[in-house]
Amino acid sequence: MNTVRVVVALGRRSVLQTFRRPQLLAPLIVFPTLLLAIQTGGAGAAVNLPGFPPVDSFLSFMLAGAMIQSTLLAGNAAGIALAVDIEMGFTDRLLAAPIPRWSIVVGRLAGAAALGTFSAVWFLAIGLIFGVEIAEGIPGVLLMIAVTTLSALAFGTLGAAIALRSGSASVVQGMFPLVFVILFLSSAFFPQELLQEPAKTIAQFNPASFIVDAVRDPVISAFSSEDLWKGLAGIALVGFVGSVLSAGALKRRLRTG
Amino acid sequence: MSAIEVDNLQRAFSEEVLAVAGVDLEVAEGEIYAFLGPNGAGKTTTVRMLTTLLRPTGGTARVAGHDVVTEAPAVRSAIGVALQEAALDPLMTGVELIRMQATLHGLDRAEGRRRSNALLERVGLTQASKRRVGTYSGGMKRRLDLASALVHEPRVLFLDEPTTGLDPVSRKSIWEEVVKLNDEGTTVFLTTQYLEEADQLADRVGIISAGLIVAEGTPTSLKAEVGKPRLELVLAEGEPDDCFEVLERFGQRLPGKDGKLVIEVESGAAAIAPVVIALDEAEIAVESLELVEPTLDDVFVEKTGQHLEGAADEAPTPEPAGEPQPDPA
Repeated sequence: MNTVRVVVALGRRSVLQTFRRPQLLAPLIVFPTLLLAIQTGGAGAAVNLPGFPPVDSFLSFMLAGAMIQSTLLAGNAAGIALAVDIEMGFTDRLLAAPIPRWSIVVGRLAGAAALGTFSAVWFLAIGLIFGVEIAEGIPGVLLMIAVTTLSALAFGTLGAAIALRSGSASVVQGMFPLVFVILFLSSAFFPQELLQEPAKTIAQFNPASFIVDAVRDPVISAFSSEDLWKGLAGIALVGFVGSVLSAGALKRRLRTG
Repeated sequence: MSAIEVDNLQRAFSEEVLAVAGVDLEVAEGEIYAFLGPNGAGKTTTVRMLTTLLRPTGGTARVAGHDVVTEAPAVRSAIGVALQEAALDPLMTGVELIRMQATLHGLDRAEGRRRSNALLERVGLTQASKRRVGTYSGGMKRRLDLASALVHEPRVLFLDEPTTGLDPVSRKSIWEEVVKLNDEGTTVFLTTQYLEEADQLADRVGIISAGLIVAEGTPTSLKAEVGKPRLELVLAEGEPDDCFEVLERFGQRLPGKDGKLVIEVESGAAAIAPVVIALDEAEIAVESLELVEPTLDDVFVEKTGQHLEGAADEAPTPEPAGEPQPDPA
């Protein structure tokens, strides 16, 4: 029972920390919002290309991409914050307390998940304000929020793994451009079918594509359980890899001090 | 039962780097034990092992009756830890931090709030408790760190260089709090590189150099090992230098520098009055008279051949005063 309270307390701290440190919050919200505005304004005519999914507007298509971009950055931010804790010695304060060591990482991930929920709501609000219609209605909205939240949790495990392994905020921050590589080699910003090789093939196997498609599906068409399961499988894969790497890095850090 | 029992504790970081080379020590319940040594001597590494933050590579240690390796969670429940450089989140407020610490130690919400408020009051931070820690002065941060370490009423408190970098007033405020805690029954294990801190606070001092304890005992006994107190006199102008006939009645003559007359005395401060009376009776005018007692640095020099870093320019002891003043909130 107390472990749950500990995870909630650490998750709460993580969220407060993000909202109190603009350099952590800006990448989650401001960058994806700007990119969404620029892409929607500049590439809006792309919806008329043959092979483009049937959507009302480019914004309808891009919304899921912006959400997942935000959750990838939330994962990176969670890693940066964890590394800052290690650098300034705050992690020692937590390690000296009688709590399970994994709860320190899970608390941080809970914060990332909460930020994922926040960014899902943020981008849904933007979409709804600018006329996006969610094909699946309220259940679709809830599904989008749930998948986005879970994806933030999964990407957070990768950020945590890098932070625990390196113990350096600069190293985690250095992974920032990778977020865009992952996104541009997925269906986040452009339909997979319209990508050129080798990006098209990479996007086919990129878990980010599955996750984006699971979030996008309720916006543009009737519910597809296949897209949802693929998305959840993508999240599970990222989460599994990230958790294994995080556990190994935590164990190593505890051993070497 | 001892609060801390350490037997041949070792920590190697590589084959070449042996940070702690085999420390043995025992700290009794209710004692203040100071670990004195220069930077890199192995103080912090020892504390990190005793607080379960670092696994020893050799030897054993028990804290509050629990083994630091096999019973680490029980050790963590029994200890409070305030580490070097007060590792506080600058974005949290004081009250948020201490309440989070209460949650980490399993206190329920109501009890956590009660103890947090009481401790903030105790360390004079109630008014500043809703401000972010990043706006606190160094002294306020240390006091908050200390309060956080106490929220679960630990049996043993570890303080790693609790006053490093603090001004004399803040240092004194921390010292007073440590003494008060000890009076209430808390065992305190502190590391320091300040001679005065060890001298003023500790019941016993362990001097560590290159990962080994080179001397251990009460400050008085350690200092007594390296020599006796001496009186250094400068006679008034025009007085003859041959007053040793008078002085030698009180102790052995030692070589002096800069025209000072030096004698070794047995009894420290108690020797001053008879010497002054004798000089007065012999109508010898004295410009200055100073009692110089051995310091822990002398002990360190005796044992290691080196001075403690900064021993010569160590900050002066704060003047005794009343209650610590809260920092401006």
